[in-house]
Amino acid sequence: MKVMCAMSGGVDSSVAAHLLQQAGHDVVGVTMKLWGGASDTGCCSVSDVDDARRVAQQLDIDHLVFNFGDDFDRGVVTPYLDSHVAGQTPNPCIECNRTVKFARLAERADALGFDAVATGHHAQVGRRADGRYTLERGADPAKDQSYVVHMLDQAQLARTLFPVGSMAKSEVRAIAAGLDLRTAAKPDSQDVCFITSTGGRAAFLGERIEMRPGRVVDTAGDEIGTVPAVEMVTVGQRKGLGLAGGGPKRYVLDADVAEARVVVGDDGDLLRSTERVRDLTWIDEPIDDAVLVQASAHGATHRANLSTVDGTTGEIVWLDRQRRIAPGQSVVFYDDADCRVLGGGRVAH
Amino acid sequence: MAESAALTYLDHAASTPMRATAIEAMTPFFAEQYANASGAHRFARQSRKAVDESRDRVADVVGCRPNEVVFTGCGTESDNMAVFGAVRALGGRPVCSAAEHHAVLHPVEERNGIVVGVDSAGAIDLDALSDALVATADVSIVSVMAVNNEVGTVTDIEAVARVVRRHAPNALLHSDAVQAACWLDLRTVTPHVDLLSLSAHKFGGPKGVGVLAEIGRPRIAPMIVGGGQERDRRSGTHNTAGIVATAVALEETDAERVSESSRLRELSTRLVKGLQAQLPAVLETVPGDRKVAGSAHVCIGGVESESLLFLLDQADVCASAASACASGAMDPSHVLAAMGVDRDVALGSLRLSLGHTTTAGDVDRAIEAIVPAVERLRTAAADRVGQAG
Repeated sequence: MKVMCAMSGGVDSSVAAHLLQQAGHDVVGVTMKLWGGASDTGCCSVSDVDDARRVAQQLDIDHLVFNFGDDFDRGVVTPYLDSHVAGQTPNPCIECNRTVKFARLAERADALGFDAVATGHHAQVGRRADGRYTLERGADPAKDQSYVVHMLDQAQLARTLFPVGSMAKSEVRAIAAGLDLRTAAKPDSQDVCFITSTGGRAAFLGERIEMRPGRVVDTAGDEIGTVPAVEMVTVGQRKGLGLAGGGPKRYVLDADVAEARVVVGDDGDLLRSTERVRDLTWIDEPIDDAVLVQASAHGATHRANLSTVDGTTGEIVWLDRQRRIAPGQSVVFYDDADCRVLGGGRVAH
Repeated sequence: MAESAALTYLDHAASTPMRATAIEAMTPFFAEQYANASGAHRFARQSRKAVDESRDRVADVVGCRPNEVVFTGCGTESDNMAVFGAVRALGGRPVCSAAEHHAVLHPVEERNGIVVGVDSAGAIDLDALSDALVATADVSIVSVMAVNNEVGTVTDIEAVARVVRRHAPNALLHSDAVQAACWLDLRTVTPHVDLLSLSAHKFGGPKGVGVLAEIGRPRIAPMIVGGGQERDRRSGTHNTAGIVATAVALEETDAERVSESSRLRELSTRLVKGLQAQLPAVLETVPGDRKVAGSAHVCIGGVESESLLFLLDQADVCASAASACASGAMDPSHVLAAMGVDRDVALGSLRLSLGHTTTAGDVDRAIEAIVPAVERLRTAAADRVGQAG
């Protein structure tokens, strides 16, 4: 097959390209230039591009750089800002997968005659006896990334390869080291690529949206503190609320940007028995059943019954009450064995 | 025809193959005549003689005196030296056109300069230049390229000079002539400017050699200081081999210029007309009478440059789109944006640039590769729209 391998300059996609090559595929490596501003690896992440290019040279495969900056701005950065303005919690990596990696890049690969797009994600694409595709967790539980690729549909899965999804991270690093790839010991990327570790989220948002101070009130409505920017507050947050020490731990129960008001309460106040969800996508058919729900990239799963209204909106009913999930946050549904992705969506306000 | 029989090379604005005469002339200076041209012995004096002879030959083609020629490390260094050197020596603000190469544009922006708009072909708007110069008392340098590197537009430097001399008599006028050497008689440009940049690898010389002609007495500050080898204008051991090859390549380019221009004008026209005859929505970005003979820049509707370049690469055709950023990604062209070309149209830009090794066969092979590639991308785009609908 002709395979376009998205190479971020990290060890996983480096090894993915090598594995594809070993499997006899005709591989072209592509690094996407997504962000033109500052990042922890230089402007436009130049050093990551350098790493990807050098690995491609060592593997003796062609390497290209595609500029998807406009798409990234439109599909990831702007929604990220809009989310904060609306007091919601975005997942930019998920939006990048949804709108850029498995959309724009995949379309381009298609137009250029590639049979599949591969990435270094730790997730696994399977196929059932009836020919339908499945998406499963990566084999390394600590590195599983099925959460961030949960939006793939059958047509996308048919043309997607995750060559390192069946491996432990230690194996991936061992292969890279064996090939003397410069990415072998490169640390995993942890954070949002367009947020620098020096400036952080506050600096990024502060330059782009209006940040307003907010009042922090308790459940009785009494003001007990202030926050410098209500747009930065997330449901469930415990630190940075300007509260006096001592007393019970207090969590953000609700952040109302319009009213510039943050409501805090104790752990028990945060518990809920249901969550409404929207923008649902499905690996196969819509599900109306018992599921396991995961609400962050590496969070624990909890049992719930999912009832969908029209395939794109629905309600989660927890078996045991759970802490409120921040509005905007992605939730992903897994099967009973906590292995297969069924679908996912975002928590409604 | 490029060295490798398999390649159709239409990227001469990026770099040109070295002329055989230049390679031959430079070769002795690697292992045999390796002495430092600034040395105090007879062996060194032979190197010095080669540098000085080359300086005479370069001056001859540029149309200046030999002691006005400064050899630098590349065209970008020459451009940087002009802008930074002028501002450092004279203070005040630099001015340039919005279509300049980044080697000029970025220094001007960094020094809080003024960027003047261009017309729809990419040549500086002389009225806007007048206005900017009238409105700004302390302009130290005006930099306007003779030939644009992306779209090939020729700017009338004499007309620019009239405006500059009238409204900013104390300002220096610099012209980035990096893309001009193959096509214009530099002797007709130099008399109008104070500073002029060249880059050897654009005319069959080696990479790593640039020229800055500083006309008249030195008025700008040097940027690279140290041993003062280039008469204190630029320090660093002379690149004897490169300088020798530069002179040979420039002389040969000049000798062939008229005949090559007419030969390549015919080929570039054939290329653009050939594409337009077989494909709808192929816009010749700048009309032929406003650009140099080797430039065939087009904007192709309904395709993205990056995709097209990939398919051309697969078909062994070397072309480009706009300038690449540090990551190697194609940035949306600031030149097309300055010309007022719609971003959607600019997305399909293709820079085909012809040079001294280009043959009719190259042009025909390029057409044969571009037409099916564009058709394929347009079909894929139409299918996507169809599916979405």
